[in-house]
Amino acid sequence: MMVTGTGGQGLITILQIISEAAMIEGYDIKTSELHGLSQRGGSVEVYIRFGKKVYSPLIPQGKADLIMGLEAQEALKGVYFANPKTTFLINENIIPIPLKKPLTKNEISNSLKKISKNVFMIPAKEICREKLGTEVVAGTYLLSWAVFKKIIPLEALSVLKALKKVIPPKHLELNIKTFELAKE
Amino acid sequence: MQELLDKNPGRKILLGNEAICRGALESGVQFVSTYPGTPASEIGNIFFDLTRERNGKGLYFEFSTNEKVAMEAGMGASFSGLKTLIAMKNFGLNVCIDSLLPFVYAGTKGPTVIIVADDPSCHSSAQSEENTRPIAFLAHIPILEPSDPQECKDFVKLGFKISEQFKIPIIIRTTTRVAHQKMPVVLDKMERSNEKIVGRFVKNPRQFITLPPRVLEMKKELLEKIVKIKSFSEKSSLNKIEKSSGPYKIGIITSGISYLYTKEALAEFNVSFPVLKLGFFYPLPELKIKKFIKGLKKVLIVEELEPFLEQEVERLAKESNCKLEVIGKKMITEIGEMRPEFVFSAVAKLSGEKYSQPKNTLQISIPKRLPQLCPGCPYWSVISAVKKAVNPEEVIFGGEIGCYMLFGNPPVNMQDYLFCMGSSMGIGHGIKKATGQKLIAFIGDSSFFHSGIPALINTVFNKSNPLIIILNNETTAMTGHQPHPVSVGSDTGIKIENIVRACGVKNAKTIDPTTNQEEMIETIKDFLSKDDVSVIIANHPCKFVAKK
Repeated sequence: MMVTGTGGQGLITILQIISEAAMIEGYDIKTSELHGLSQRGGSVEVYIRFGKKVYSPLIPQGKADLIMGLEAQEALKGVYFANPKTTFLINENIIPIPLKKPLTKNEISNSLKKISKNVFMIPAKEICREKLGTEVVAGTYLLSWAVFKKIIPLEALSVLKALKKVIPPKHLELNIKTFELAKE
Repeated sequence: MQELLDKNPGRKILLGNEAICRGALESGVQFVSTYPGTPASEIGNIFFDLTRERNGKGLYFEFSTNEKVAMEAGMGASFSGLKTLIAMKNFGLNVCIDSLLPFVYAGTKGPTVIIVADDPSCHSSAQSEENTRPIAFLAHIPILEPSDPQECKDFVKLGFKISEQFKIPIIIRTTTRVAHQKMPVVLDKMERSNEKIVGRFVKNPRQFITLPPRVLEMKKELLEKIVKIKSFSEKSSLNKIEKSSGPYKIGIITSGISYLYTKEALAEFNVSFPVLKLGFFYPLPELKIKKFIKGLKKVLIVEELEPFLEQEVERLAKESNCKLEVIGKKMITEIGEMRPEFVFSAVAKLSGEKYSQPKNTLQISIPKRLPQLCPGCPYWSVISAVKKAVNPEEVIFGGEIGCYMLFGNPPVNMQDYLFCMGSSMGIGHGIKKATGQKLIAFIGDSSFFHSGIPALINTVFNKSNPLIIILNNETTAMTGHQPHPVSVGSDTGIKIENIVRACGVKNAKTIDPTTNQEEMIETIKDFLSKDDVSVIIANHPCKFVAKK
């Protein structure tokens, strides 16, 4: 699976949670991330692969099972890795780029649907703000949603254990609440 | 970080760079020096946190002022018998080649491993897509290339052993996709000393003084070492042949990250060409390679960037299989990083399988999101002052490596040349001498200490009059806020303005651009009209270190 977004959206935390959960279930794991310019609001992509045996940390072109977009425009970066069976799971959040007209949710969703029918646009940012009072956990929400909907083939319990391992204590309660919220 | 300090064996998910640190710790490393540079930066950060926590017991660590100094500090530690790790990114190696070459001649006392991280595709590195491999031919230094974090750890440990056995420094070359790859890594037991590290330098001019005629004897001794290491490389399991189960006359030679994509491709098409996986780039196990290619009709060389391995195999094929078709760069590009699909395509062609790269077309274009200076960055105040003080059309802006290289992006558009660290003033001096056009050269605080000072002195010595703005945000921000000589909390007593004045600069002023915008604007106007060099030190801490 691939996660796309912008610097500061917590992509590496998502990568850690899924990897730890996959390790709990005994899978082989390889991931790839980029460091450096991400903190400064640039585009970020990370790749997570788990299974019986995994060699490459990069997803071969057209071989992604899941593309998770923490920002809707950035989700389009996943197209290179998509095929007609790929699931797109997208936070409807649009972070504008200075001096550029942002794309709309519908434009993004319609063009992705030409590639795969499995496109889910989720108002994760709004749901988290409304129910939890903060939107910083939108990533955890999407991830948990994918687990409960069996889009990510990992047990909820493993993900919860991984969450407890990866998230620092002061943010843990909020993340567990987010996880529970996604179950509903 | 606690993961890295677990004394007990087990399996932990580690980043390549974390695995390098763990390998060094399991080897009992005593001295670590580095200058931050992505994709090697985490190595320094980890040792920095580790030694700060333990108050220097059992291990000495420093962020040096530049890679050359880091190399030299490591040389001194090695010559004093300490087990030493030196880490840097590819361009860092350029800065310290002057010291490295004679170091390899002299050899080590304490075993020494040098980590050099390349960045194919320039994900985090500007300047050039540098490939560190040919330094092996230039310096006669062994190079090992791990494919994944487990190998990062294992190769560092083996690197220390080879260094100890043959008294020579060893380079471990990683690339972004190795350094920033994660996987579960098997941890071995680790003993950590609580003693204060004390080495001893024993005088030995035969080893430590590189002057002719002795230096030519040293070269001879070095080449003899390489012959011995070559026979070690022949026997080493790092260079392994994975035999074919079928009657294939086609083989693959590969290394590093390319090996993982090769395995992925072979599994994809369910073919089992024999594979020679090289852990050594130098010295190559030539006999093993000759044996591997002997019965083959074709060999595919899966290597990232330039065809150094391909050329070596072509040379060896002349001696063992002159009809062999060596296929490399005619199937796989030498620009940009290797990708699994490139290997899929090459393997499919050679095995007669069908593969066409899937092409999805989007009706809309993906908007490009360039990195920007953070909201609240003090550099915004410098930009606004410059824009108010001058007509940007009439001034040349010299850029540099650091957060301020983002000045080149819209909407700022304030960068007319950009090369390596320390170069904005040197190139600016040349332009001033050649043209007399107005010029402002930007340089960051860490870059100023890294390699800016000689160029500043040159503007005084050879009399040119650029305006230099030293952007002092009191940290090495771009690589993750590492400390430097005047960073927040520093106790050195060094002041940039004192250095600038000591270099002979008469027009020098320290200004906080966030609180004294008017003074900043007026000083820029005033200094640009001077006949000799002038320097503004724009002081205001990066918001991430100011908070701490």
